[in-house]
Amino acid sequence: MSTIITVTSGKGGVGKTTTSASIASGLAKAGHKTVVIDFDVGLRNLDLIMNCERRVVYDFVNVINNEATLNQALIKDKHCPDLYILPASQTRDKDALTKEGVERVLNELGERFEYIVCDSPAGIEHGALMALYYADEAIVVTNPEVSSVRDSDRILGILQSKSRRAELGLDPVKEHLLLTRYNPERVEKGEMLAVNDVLDILAIPLLGVIPESKAVLTASNQGVPVIHDVESDAGQAYEDAVARLLGEDRPLRFTEVEKKGFLKRVFGGRA
Amino acid sequence: MSFWDYFRSRKESSASIAKERLQIIVAHERNTRQQPDYLPALQKELIEVISKYVPIDPNDVQVQLDKNDDCSVLELNITLPES
Ligand SMILES: Nc1ncnc2c1ncn2[C@@H]1O[C@H](COP(=O)(O)OP(=O)(O)O)[C@@H](O)[C@H]1O
Ligand SMILES: [Mg+2]
Repeated sequence: MSTIITVTSGKGGVGKTTTSASIASGLAKAGHKTVVIDFDVGLRNLDLIMNCERRVVYDFVNVINNEATLNQALIKDKHCPDLYILPASQTRDKDALTKEGVERVLNELGERFEYIVCDSPAGIEHGALMALYYADEAIVVTNPEVSSVRDSDRILGILQSKSRRAELGLDPVKEHLLLTRYNPERVEKGEMLAVNDVLDILAIPLLGVIPESKAVLTASNQGVPVIHDVESDAGQAYEDAVARLLGEDRPLRFTEVEKKGFLKRVFGGRA
Repeated sequence: MSFWDYFRSRKESSASIAKERLQIIVAHERNTRQQPDYLPALQKELIEVISKYVPIDPNDVQVQLDKNDDCSVLELNITLPES
């Protein structure tokens, strides 16, 4: 049995692709056979983040249309032997993802992989609905900011009513909150919603908090998912999130302001 | 908290304003999400029927369905103009 994990948010630019790449890499690093699928038809990006853009020959839509086999379309990751990538198509036909086609591909992948990670496009249109329809678990990526939190709540509503599990009356999709681009300094100053504020509003279990980090841009520049940067705060925070996803209990890190020196404490960093 | 933040915190922080606004809008949207699809049409037709007899403001007709364990209650709240 494989587990389908959809990385979703409603709002764009909150860190879904960054998260998909790192969570999929983390699962594979932990020894689980994993595939990550880019559902962002027309705006393929996961290939860049995973540094396989020049190896894309066939894509997800080609497989759905029987123009290529899965073996032809799957790209083996450079870092993890247990990880494969199924790239999105660049077609502008947004309806290229049919429910039947997606189901067939997911079933076929399910025979070979333990985890299927789906990187959802933004919005609540067809592509996003297809990405979450077959989900067993959902990682709801949220920034500590009003519009992102509101959109996450809408996506939770859709998971609870329009997913396959909801329609068939099965156990509900397992929901996880991943708070990203978190800035403890701004939270302390009262300029940014705190972890607990967002938890109070969305009321779903917390998978992790990823700090706002320079390491993320460096990682995407190089095409190495940030979880491989084991020295970095964001890399370690993703590592923790993967461990929690696999059932481990780990304390939160990077959510408090680092202790400052005496002068800075007295003058509040304004000295 | 620094020296300056002490004075600033007397004013409500922007994060707590954000939280309050979110709590209100999210509660409202969750409520409308749980309503059956036919409610807006029902509300529209009710307004039409009542308007035949009394002039009313469409905003003065509230329709809401509350589900309890064993039954559902359709709640109509119609404010008639003073005459
Ligand atoms: N924790 C983080 N710290 C700093 N920048 C981040 C972080 N997470 C994501 N970003 C940046 O935010 C932008 C959007 O991220 P992306 O993963 O493409 O979002 P999405 O897939 O939701 O549109 C990218 O430029 C990415 O580098
Ligand atoms: Mg993306």
